[in-house]
Amino acid sequence: MIETSLEVDAVDRAIAGSLHLDGAVLPMLHAIQDELGYVPGFATDRIAEALNLSRAEIYGVVTFYHDFRSTPPGRHVVKVCRAEACQAMGADALVDHMKQRLGCDFHETSPSSAGSVTLEPVYCLGNCAVGPSLSIDGKLHGRVTKERFDDLAKTELG
Amino acid sequence: MTRVFVPLDASAKSVGADQVANALAMMDGVDVVRTGSRGMLWLEPMVEVETPRGRMAYGPVQAHDVPGLMAAGFLEGKPHPLSHGLTEEIPYLKQQERLTFARCGVIDPLDVADYEKHDGFKGLEAALRMSGAEIVDVVTKSGLRGRGGAAFPTGIKWKTVLDTPADQKYVVCNADEGDSGTFSDRMIMEGDPLVLIEGMIITAVAVGATKGFVYLRSEYPDAERVFGHAIEAAKKAGYLGDDVRGSGKAFHLELRRGAGSYVCGEETALLESLEGKRGVVRYRPPVPAVSGLFGKPTALNNVNTFASVPIILHRGADFYRDYGVGKSRGTVAFQLGGNVKHGGIVEKAFGLTLRQLVYDFGGGSASGRPIRCAQIGGPLGAYLPESEFDIPLDYEAFAAKNALVGHGGVVVFDDTVDMAKMARFAMEFCAIESCGKCTPCRIGARRGVELIDKLVKSKRREVEHDTLLDLCNTMTHASLCALGGLTAYPVESALRYFPEDFGLPVRN
Repeated sequence: MIETSLEVDAVDRAIAGSLHLDGAVLPMLHAIQDELGYVPGFATDRIAEALNLSRAEIYGVVTFYHDFRSTPPGRHVVKVCRAEACQAMGADALVDHMKQRLGCDFHETSPSSAGSVTLEPVYCLGNCAVGPSLSIDGKLHGRVTKERFDDLAKTELG
Repeated sequence: MTRVFVPLDASAKSVGADQVANALAMMDGVDVVRTGSRGMLWLEPMVEVETPRGRMAYGPVQAHDVPGLMAAGFLEGKPHPLSHGLTEEIPYLKQQERLTFARCGVIDPLDVADYEKHDGFKGLEAALRMSGAEIVDVVTKSGLRGRGGAAFPTGIKWKTVLDTPADQKYVVCNADEGDSGTFSDRMIMEGDPLVLIEGMIITAVAVGATKGFVYLRSEYPDAERVFGHAIEAAKKAGYLGDDVRGSGKAFHLELRRGAGSYVCGEETALLESLEGKRGVVRYRPPVPAVSGLFGKPTALNNVNTFASVPIILHRGADFYRDYGVGKSRGTVAFQLGGNVKHGGIVEKAFGLTLRQLVYDFGGGSASGRPIRCAQIGGPLGAYLPESEFDIPLDYEAFAAKNALVGHGGVVVFDDTVDMAKMARFAMEFCAIESCGKCTPCRIGARRGVELIDKLVKSKRREVEHDTLLDLCNTMTHASLCALGGLTAYPVESALRYFPEDFGLPVRN
């Protein structure tokens, strides 16, 4: 894949912005993903070069963490909690409903007719007293029933 | 202008607090102040009005309730169907012992002056008059143990850091609150972030560290925003930097974001991650107190541990130790969640029973159905049936039951729960989050999922049952860290107390 100038700029800026930090790899990767929504493959080489580490080491870091993705997500990223407290409030049924409505499984992106939404599981959003919980593009929502999700889908995922 | 307090806490925002704040801001005579949450999360968004008698609580308030509240005269604290009277008199709050959470929900979390007015930085003031060894001694005598889950005595850990000579030492805060059912670290970081900063400065002064890191999970963007601002505010007020309040001591603090890995809440994996590596668990020894971040002595504690330190230095070791029972001293901010009517923060001294917590505070299940069990201490904690709820919440009593208090999260389930499914989920979760370094965890968890699937369908269940217990035994004793080592807790407790869910005979 040929990198675009947008990607190159974002990666170079992220590296320059965090080069002075101790243990700079994660801050660099976050800065790239915050801007682009994903970490393009060539970023591994650039970070390795900037920090005088091997490409294998950086590749190992990128692939270890659930947060980092190597391809662009959909227009929205929905993370729904699968952990125990939300399960106790019916999260499993909510998850089934969401998968059906979006027409995709976990780690997939819905077809653009359904809003181009990437669906991810998450294990606790720290909202355990007002579950079930999910986040849309980083914004937390609690007490999410199937009906509330349908409303959110109209207002936030349209 | 009447001051009206609306939480900026992520939980409150998740159910509409921002919209309520916006609606209130458009009303005449209202001065909206954003605070943390009082921790009565079933009342969120909970709005408080300042009156001559004290703060009056209204909740749960939605934006469309605001005109009605204004018409009813809530700015004078007048009655309304959503009114709960004086906040401090609400039994849920009144019966608590708020030490760590004393200011949470009360003050503007980013206002240093407001913090100082409410006893803020008094602990640091006291610490700056003491030697490192004296501070460590006070913390040791207070009986404070790590609130992250492992419950290691904090003072002993700090003494090791203090006594290990090095050119550089670190203070690291574990804010990777990944346990499901826990949110007290998040609430401190959003509601009273300066108490965490103060606790970390005191630790740095005690052990001789000049640099600190807070490793915060990426699932908490609101905490990241608030805490980032709090660091700036503390710098501006001279509490962070080259010369902490003219003491001649330097302390610099950096906030770092994790990347969605549960195992990075394990302290050595966290250190690897901070160093920019894969979050793979380290062999111990050496312990982090001797060789931690970048190989240097590191005082590594959980958010609530650091946040408990200022009041210990301010009020003294005896004051803190007088709370609690046995070897579990002080208070814990228990977190009530799941299928419970009144979920939220309950800060109490150790020793109250699980029954008091779930029924007296929690008010029973949210669904109205009978409660069947609760999981205590996160995804690696045991499931206890309702019949065992008279157990007192203290570290030793729980350990005797093959259970753990952990980080103090209590997740309640009603009688619709399928415990075979929950046991399977525990193994599945371990398989997803395993760092992969040790075989019992990496492979054992996968075999565990398969075995439970096989068990519930099998005709020879006793055989699979024995194999599963054998696997649990291997994982418990041969795993490198608590992830593989404790995954057996939820599985074995589900098997022990709820064999019928697996199609196994009920034993007496």
